[in-house]
Amino acid sequence: MAFFGRKEKPVVPKIRMEKVCKAFGKKHVLQDLDLTVNTGESLVIIGGSGTGKSVTLKCILGLLKADSGQIEIDGQDMAKLSRREREKVLTQFGMLFQNAALFDSLTVWENVAFSLIQNKKMNRKEARKIAVKKLAQVGLGRDVADVYPADLSGGMRKRVGLARAIATDPAVIFFDEPTTGLDPIMSDVINELIVKTVKELGATALTITHDMNSARKIADRIAMLYEGKIIWIGTVKELDKTKNPYVRQFVAGSASGPIQMEVKVPQ
Amino acid sequence: MRIELTFINKLGRVVLNFFEAAGKLGIFCGETVYHCVTPPFYLKSLGRQLIEIGFYSLPVVALTTLFSGMVIALQTYTGFAQLSAEGAVAMVVLVAVTRELAPVMAGLMVAGRIGAAMAAEIGTMRVTEQIDALSTLSVNPFKYLIAPRVLAGVLMLPVLVFIGDIIGICGGYMIGVYKLDFNATTYLMNTWQYLKPMDIISGLTKAAVFGFIITLLGCYNGFQSKGGAQGVGQATTNAVVSASILILIFNYILTEIFFNV
Ligand SMILES: Nc1ncnc2c1ncn2[C@@H]1O[C@H](COP(=O)(O)OP(=O)(O)OP(=O)(O)O)[C@@H](O)[C@H]1O
Ligand SMILES: [Mg+2]
Repeated sequence: MAFFGRKEKPVVPKIRMEKVCKAFGKKHVLQDLDLTVNTGESLVIIGGSGTGKSVTLKCILGLLKADSGQIEIDGQDMAKLSRREREKVLTQFGMLFQNAALFDSLTVWENVAFSLIQNKKMNRKEARKIAVKKLAQVGLGRDVADVYPADLSGGMRKRVGLARAIATDPAVIFFDEPTTGLDPIMSDVINELIVKTVKELGATALTITHDMNSARKIADRIAMLYEGKIIWIGTVKELDKTKNPYVRQFVAGSASGPIQMEVKVPQ
Repeated sequence: MRIELTFINKLGRVVLNFFEAAGKLGIFCGETVYHCVTPPFYLKSLGRQLIEIGFYSLPVVALTTLFSGMVIALQTYTGFAQLSAEGAVAMVVLVAVTRELAPVMAGLMVAGRIGAAMAAEIGTMRVTEQIDALSTLSVNPFKYLIAPRVLAGVLMLPVLVFIGDIIGICGGYMIGVYKLDFNATTYLMNTWQYLKPMDIISGLTKAAVFGFIITLLGCYNGFQSKGGAQGVGQATTNAVVSASILILIFNYILTEIFFNV
């Protein structure tokens, strides 16, 4: 039927958020947030501490319930799906939590292989092999596999969390500050891993970071969150040229500008 | 006038809070039951909980029921049955232990042991986002964490109480025979004669209900906890206190139902 010259179907974005609001008590964290993430792209969200970046990810994953607004994944309105359907949609997601959130009753490799064993019913020996491979990708050796998360350093825990997030080769991966707490060299290893994951597996990535080097390296597009809204979105090239004073201040990392940190200096 | 208003306000808030909490617990309870009976089942978690609740609670339950049986024998004798003591002591020990003491004692002890541990463990998992992590790994926290615990509680408490029944009766026997110098054979005969299945069954049913209450409240309080170490501590306290109170309330209700007087 192609010769009828049918127009190409409009591309359905992987994730579309429209007018999403979320408040905790009187504190309005997200206010009419609009954001679209296309399939296969790597989007980075930047923004000040406490502006609601982590909350945004949790709303998409349904860990927090948005007060209002629409969240669509693959064009499906998440609020309209039954619980079973929603769970099914979310199986294609992987998430690295800001504080890693490793299961402290399981060893490192069991953490990484958790979903392989529980969902894919892989036998333990095989799952362990994959876990060790994923650990190697984040720069952790075989010796770490059998210890408990409590015995690791913060940066090591983060990397285990990363290995766990990518263990099942998910189609969409959320990274909440993947390089925070890592040394510059390891940060770069992780950046490359993220780029590789997106490029090779064709995954869609949504990354939160404060680290502008990392953002430049992994982002197809960068979005800036400020006062509950995405105030700017564009490519890395556009980032360097933008006249938006908020973005410029954030990228330059300067204390003077339109963004006022609420620092209370005792008089 | 103003004082009265603020009083009414406060009262209203207390009442509202109560109903809100009861509603939340009700929803949680329904969800738990749903996930207990629908697959997938995490048998390994269930096994671990069965051992944790059943096996490791055994010493505590054995000790409390042993001494309860002993003290009942002593009290019955010294209190009011010196005349026709031999029959009365055996019967009172039997009835008291199987109907009341073993289930209630075991329930309260397990509430302290297991309810607290569950609330602390699940509470810590909640505040460190491990429960969120479970969902993102496509494992339903209700199925993986809560259903195994509640099932294990419902299955294991009757077993514990049955063992407690035997130990409690042995405690009474020891006091009767070695301290009060009853004839051992007569004591056993009396015990056997008064043994009614209904007493045992009612006790075991109570135990199953208590097991549900303990594990449900342990999980519920842990699941709802927020705000770090202090929140988890609070959840632990709430789990034990609320479970203990509910055990005593339901003990009365169930007794009323079983022995409809
Ligand atoms: N569960 C919660 N209950 C109450 N308030 C919350 C909760 N989660 C987040 N908040 C509030 O929402 C705001 C945004 O939090 P969020 O964790 O999204 O910040 P963030 O942008 O990720 O910051 P950071 O870069 O420091 O991680 C914060 O002010 C926080 O206090
Ligand atoms: Mg955050």
